[in-house]
Amino acid sequence: MKKDTIGEPLSRVDGRLKVTGGAKYSGEYKFPGLTYAVLVPATIVNGTVTAVDIKAAKYAPGVLAVITPFNAEKVPGYQPDAKKPVKGLKLFNDNQVHFNGQPIALVIADTFERATYAATLVKATYQVQPFETDFRKNIDKGVTPNAGKYKDYVRGEADAYKNAQVKIEQEYIQPSEMHNPMELHVTTAYWEGDNKVTVYTKSQGVMSSQRAIAAAFNLEPQNVLINARFVGGAFGSSLRTWPHEIAAVQAAKFVKHPVKLTLTREQMFTLVGYRPLTIQKIGLGATADGKLTGITHESHSQTAVYEEFTENAVNVSRFLYQSPNVNTRYKVVPLHIGVPAPMRGPGESTGAYALESALDELSYALNIDPIELRLRNYADIDQERNLPWSSKHLKECYQLGADRIGWANRSPKPGTIKDGDWLVGYGIGCGAFGAYRGHAEAKLKLMADGSINIQSATTDIGPGTNTAMIVIAADVLGMPAEKITFDLGNSSLPPAPTQGGSSTVSSVGSAVHDVCVALRQKLYTLQGKPRDSMDEIDYAAVIKEQNLPYLEISVGSESGDNAKNYSMYSFSAHFAKVYVHPLTGVVKIKNLIAVVDAGKIVNQKTAASQMKGGAVGGIGMAMTEEAIIDNRFGRYINGNFADYHVPVNADIPQIEAVFINKPDPVINPVGTKGIGEISLIGVAPAIANAVFNATGIRVRDLPITPDKLLS
Amino acid sequence: MPEKETPGVPENENILSGTRRDFLKQSGFLTAVALTPIGIVKAAESHLDEKVAAFFEKMPLKMEVNGVSHQLSVEPRSTLLEVLREQLDLTGTKKGCDRGQCGACTVHVNGKRVNSCLSLAITNNNKTITTIEGLADGDELHPMQQAFIDHDGFQCGYCTSGQIMSAVACIHEGHAGSETEIREFMSGNICRCGAYPNIVNAIQEVSKGGNKA
Repeated sequence: MKKDTIGEPLSRVDGRLKVTGGAKYSGEYKFPGLTYAVLVPATIVNGTVTAVDIKAAKYAPGVLAVITPFNAEKVPGYQPDAKKPVKGLKLFNDNQVHFNGQPIALVIADTFERATYAATLVKATYQVQPFETDFRKNIDKGVTPNAGKYKDYVRGEADAYKNAQVKIEQEYIQPSEMHNPMELHVTTAYWEGDNKVTVYTKSQGVMSSQRAIAAAFNLEPQNVLINARFVGGAFGSSLRTWPHEIAAVQAAKFVKHPVKLTLTREQMFTLVGYRPLTIQKIGLGATADGKLTGITHESHSQTAVYEEFTENAVNVSRFLYQSPNVNTRYKVVPLHIGVPAPMRGPGESTGAYALESALDELSYALNIDPIELRLRNYADIDQERNLPWSSKHLKECYQLGADRIGWANRSPKPGTIKDGDWLVGYGIGCGAFGAYRGHAEAKLKLMADGSINIQSATTDIGPGTNTAMIVIAADVLGMPAEKITFDLGNSSLPPAPTQGGSSTVSSVGSAVHDVCVALRQKLYTLQGKPRDSMDEIDYAAVIKEQNLPYLEISVGSESGDNAKNYSMYSFSAHFAKVYVHPLTGVVKIKNLIAVVDAGKIVNQKTAASQMKGGAVGGIGMAMTEEAIIDNRFGRYINGNFADYHVPVNADIPQIEAVFINKPDPVINPVGTKGIGEISLIGVAPAIANAVFNATGIRVRDLPITPDKLLS
Repeated sequence: MPEKETPGVPENENILSGTRRDFLKQSGFLTAVALTPIGIVKAAESHLDEKVAAFFEKMPLKMEVNGVSHQLSVEPRSTLLEVLREQLDLTGTKKGCDRGQCGACTVHVNGKRVNSCLSLAITNNNKTITTIEGLADGDELHPMQQAFIDHDGFQCGYCTSGQIMSAVACIHEGHAGSETEIREFMSGNICRCGAYPNIVNAIQEVSKGGNKA
């Protein structure tokens, strides 16, 4: 019987490339005749472009072309008669402006500096229309989304909390939050003739990028080659193909040169999505002994006037705790702003912030310990879908986290523990995120020397996908990881889903698992052994013995029907210990423990890093991040890293990731449930609750900046 | 010197008042035929004017990068970052903001850490630059590079070059005495994946190990 090696820490297989500068990202490939494209943003918020004076720009040194709504070649997928019409903003297709910063021209020149300068020479004239960017002012214009799954939800009786013995009714505000991956969004494109294009782009899914660009330019998908070998972070901002990516491809076609289009950091505040500003109302009702009798969760979020964005902001309240009565209502408010996009822990992190904060408030109202309150309302089945969980070990998460953070030292009375000048507080915040598995394919090649190469068209935006895949393969094959390579990030590889929704290891890992099992079975069969033999295999010897130059095998892998009988989620319990300085309002996060039930953990080392990274994102959400629009001008006023504060090293304590590490018996052969989202969901309420425990001040509008603690 | 721009000026006036490029580019084909020998018209069509003008607009720059001496010709407005990435193809140095706010572009100039996006290339004449590509000793990684791998001090890898260059300088500067000091002096390098705790651990190991870093 072979040794189980899944979970053993393995350093990233591409680590050397990343620490030596050898890892090439999408804007770093050299092509003969490479040209540089720079977008020109609209200076109005709503209206039409009546003219664009491009003369000065066109004649500026090194400029090849200036594309505007008035001279752009039509993108076939943007036209109403397109076979697969492109959704969302269609750059340069018409002269409408829907938000400040929407590109109204694109300058292409032989150097980046020349393109940047020439872009400043483009002068547009506009017919200005009134605009609305003020969320609070327009909240009454919220509409129920068109997508059916966002209809109002009622289980039992609506608003039952109002009649409860003890009730909480509060409003919680999540500001707009920008993904801000470190790599600027960049696309490099070149055409070979009129029907074939190669695109290096910042993408979480090379197959979906291929489909989108093929649809836009009416090409056969196989004639669109997408490369995204290394992706410098994304967090959801590269889940879709954005208009500027289409524009880069369009420009390359127009100038008949390779074109590289890099967004500026400021443009990334308007063109590649964000977590929408969301105002939520939570009503919780309970009996005096802490049994929930009603949960009401209402939410209003930003969206764009030109495209509707939705996310599961209220869904967590339907299933995380047991309650006979639950109702949720979700609305979006169309404004003259860029369209949002899913951002790490999309919807659930926003919803969990509200729900977990309200539950904390309820615990004080009831005078019941917050962990005890969660235990009294523990959901043993998914009441929303009326299905059993495939696995749920949240109780163990509570226990492990409480032990590690020193929960026993917490005082139930806020503001009573001091350490020198500092007030000390403890908080818990929980979360859940659906465990998904999509169809994925993998191809394995066993070489004559006994080494293995596996390929699948997934991507790696940072979690260490190829490392995880090699761990899975090494385990199934019973061979050292060093003998296995894994290729990803190219649309010519066997199809795999987009990297999103914490589903990559579940989907692609299953395909890798299955293709390795298939290889073993094939080799046993060739040797005349039963195909489910567990004998050790000397791979080089078998292939020599069979007189084969190499052996190739492909599989497709997806969930069986059994999965439909279960509700599958990852669960997390985050614990924070904070110090608050009462005179300055400064908050120091002293300790953060992330305890996670995410099924089997494939690589303890990279998984722990991913958990810590999500916690850092949660700290940003709780403490520092807020994109602010000046509603007089409809424009972001902090669209850069100096004014929009992502956490820096000095903001972050040592963080501990704790895994339950029990395989889920249903979702996939490895038993993984996914950690990318769950690492962030629940962190912000854990911190906010700890701040309340320290100070007695409940901050219901994130981020928790010092001014809000000086009352 | 910035480009002279005369948007909206009638073309004929430009011929008299403009620069050599204005003359060739904005005069238009017919005017050019009337005023210039055929050879110059051809030159304009083949963008020879650009090449000639570019020669005058660029400045010589001598830099040693990773032990290799380079004699370059750069526009005064080009940043060190842009020259490294686009002219020398040293793409290990990353552009994360182009405003000196993220640290992804950190390199060593004469041994000190510098945001290369805030340094005009021509101000580095006769200076010695080390980028991430020049940190290892052949195949042998610099101890800081190895420590980043061992402690998993990165995920997507995009800020990593800048983090490592900063980390090496942080120790040289004597700013790696404690965890708190490291955090403070590494706070000019943003990591959105959130590898900060691991980065601090990597730096502490190298710092305590008395490595040659």
